[in-house]
Amino acid sequence: MAGVGGQGILSIAATIGLAAVEQNLFLKQAEVHGMSQRGGDVQSHLRLSDREIWSDLIPHGGADLIISVEPMEALRYLPWLSSGGWIVTSSVPYVNIPDYPEAGKVLAELDRAGNTIVLDADGIARDLGSARSGNMVILGAASSFISMPFTSLENAVRKMFSRKGEEVVAVNLKALHAGRDATGR
Amino acid sequence: MQKLLLLGDEAIAQAALDAGLSGMYAYPGTPSTEIMEYIQASQQAASDSVHREWSSNEKTAMEAALGMSYAGKRAMVAMKHVGLNVAADAFINSAVTGVNGGLVVVAADDPSMHSSQNEQDSRFYGKFALVPVMEPRNQQEAYDMIFDAFALSEKFRLPVLFRITTRLAHSRSAVARREKTMQNTLSLPGNPRQFVLLPAIARKQYRALTGIYETLRTDSVLDGHNRLLEGKGRGTGIIACGIAFNYLMENIGDNYGDYNILSVGTYPLNRDKVAALVGRCDRVLVLEDGYPMIEEHLRGLLDRDVTVLGRLDGTVPRDGELNPAIVASALGLKSTCGRDVPSLVRQRPPSFCKGCGHADLYSALAEVMAEAGPGRVFSDIGCYTLGALPPYNMVNSCVDMGASVTMAVGAADAGLFPAVAVIGDSTFTHSGMTGLLDAVLKDSPITLIISDNSTTGMTGGQKSQATDRLESICLGIGVDPAHLKVIVPLRKNHEENKSVIGAELKHNGLSVILARRECIQTASRNKKAEAAEKNKSGE
Repeated sequence: MAGVGGQGILSIAATIGLAAVEQNLFLKQAEVHGMSQRGGDVQSHLRLSDREIWSDLIPHGGADLIISVEPMEALRYLPWLSSGGWIVTSSVPYVNIPDYPEAGKVLAELDRAGNTIVLDADGIARDLGSARSGNMVILGAASSFISMPFTSLENAVRKMFSRKGEEVVAVNLKALHAGRDATGR
Repeated sequence: MQKLLLLGDEAIAQAALDAGLSGMYAYPGTPSTEIMEYIQASQQAASDSVHREWSSNEKTAMEAALGMSYAGKRAMVAMKHVGLNVAADAFINSAVTGVNGGLVVVAADDPSMHSSQNEQDSRFYGKFALVPVMEPRNQQEAYDMIFDAFALSEKFRLPVLFRITTRLAHSRSAVARREKTMQNTLSLPGNPRQFVLLPAIARKQYRALTGIYETLRTDSVLDGHNRLLEGKGRGTGIIACGIAFNYLMENIGDNYGDYNILSVGTYPLNRDKVAALVGRCDRVLVLEDGYPMIEEHLRGLLDRDVTVLGRLDGTVPRDGELNPAIVASALGLKSTCGRDVPSLVRQRPPSFCKGCGHADLYSALAEVMAEAGPGRVFSDIGCYTLGALPPYNMVNSCVDMGASVTMAVGAADAGLFPAVAVIGDSTFTHSGMTGLLDAVLKDSPITLIISDNSTTGMTGGQKSQATDRLESICLGIGVDPAHLKVIVPLRKNHEENKSVIGAELKHNGLSVILARRECIQTASRNKKAEAAEKNKSGE
């Protein structure tokens, strides 16, 4: 999982984590805390298995999926992606550095990377009336690559946001569905 | 029992609560912060009345924990690795006093310096102090080992050093809980002189400590966490410390029976187990996060009895944290790799948040300092260290907590004028106040700027001991009220702030400027919480 500090990739990770617990799967999820969270590049390694997991870190070339909420950040982790692995990323650049590359070139590079799903997660979330749910759109788009039933992700979203009230739960569920539907998978 | 999804830090915190903890002491520091945060948020800690306030620094935390142990109760203190330097005086001596109630000292190391100034290895502190060291391999073991740590502490009457690294601290996994242990009752040490380290007493206790240390090697509980996995054949034996064992298993998996492995979870090491491993192998590969501590021991001064592979001969890189790829290469296994990072991908260093007060302070300071010339701004540990990066390029030092003040004093002693120190509010009360006293006593011609965002920002917004106290602290230490100024670092005050800073820079004596504006992160968090509170009461 990739993004920029403050974009909230950890809430995607936490949602998958809750679903994994429901499914009785083994899980390890390494996070980045501290200095990088201040607008720097951040990543989280998440591993799911039906047997014991050893390393907290995914070996290079060992990731089945890169989930990114920022297009250039998705590219940063290509050394971890397995041959045949997939990238699901937002198309919306987060420009907080002076030398951010041309957006078109970033998208072209993603195209070259192989199995890639690029979607305007923020736009889709905005259309739903919840600009802050872009994360859940991305998770929805990635859901078909995560070997868990979609319903377990829905349950996890309910658990994640229940403290914030029914309305927030509903909007995030909508975002999750919209993400899945956008990929047509 | 119930299974929880916990960070390594949180597993340690929950375990301590379940093991009858009475007091938790800490100063925030990545990657250890979440231990105290978990306990502060815990319902269980609240209903059990566990002490859980932040301390001013790691030394005061360590001493308070020792005091709780003196009174017979179980205490835990947590800090990042460099925090143990701050607490070292109390920590080393606590091995000589020994403990009464169980005392566990958690040191969270940060190999690869994800959020630190060095990658020192806390295991050396354990050996230095002559105390048991425990190094869990995973979150579940971190949870389980804490129970043993408290029991061992009370059995040997010694503090136990609990060493973790960033990777375990900040990785989440399922943890099964155990039955809860009751807290100890208040009880004074049996020997009223145990904690009185007058030379005559200290000599006696230190001699006893050296004896106890040797018996630790073969203690069944402590050494029970070191596992010798005998494989078939000779070849390369492997000593894997803590989480290095995971990277090893990631690579050899089902073939682990082909190797002779010593998986290390505690120190000091049982010599018989090491001898048994070495006896079965032609050479030994040592995998340890941090410094090559076991590797150096194994090589010895003459380095000729055993063929040892590790960080010292280049089999493993000399610095940086381990990972599956490094271990694969050390084992001579082929590692996989995906595609290279495309060349258009740019570095994205951390930066000030939009609207951060530190940024407005540096904008004003940069313009004022342009006249004085470069190389005059000493800074410290916190978000404001980011003033070292473009576009500000303002900061000329970041060494240790509080060093901005005293390095500016020393540079002024050498004749550098003007010299400026920029420190945060929490770092100032951590270790800047004593340096300010030095500056007051000789009216050192420095300008100290305390960039007061009323929180401990870099670690995520913990309570700052300095909040609402900075004026009275500075005046109490003896700062001249005529040269104690307050500014509000906002864009609209830019010109006014420049003139205040400029005037104090010209003053040939000590000036203190409090640049005060709440952290933008905590401000928006507080606003949201207030709105939610209002919503609730409106319903």
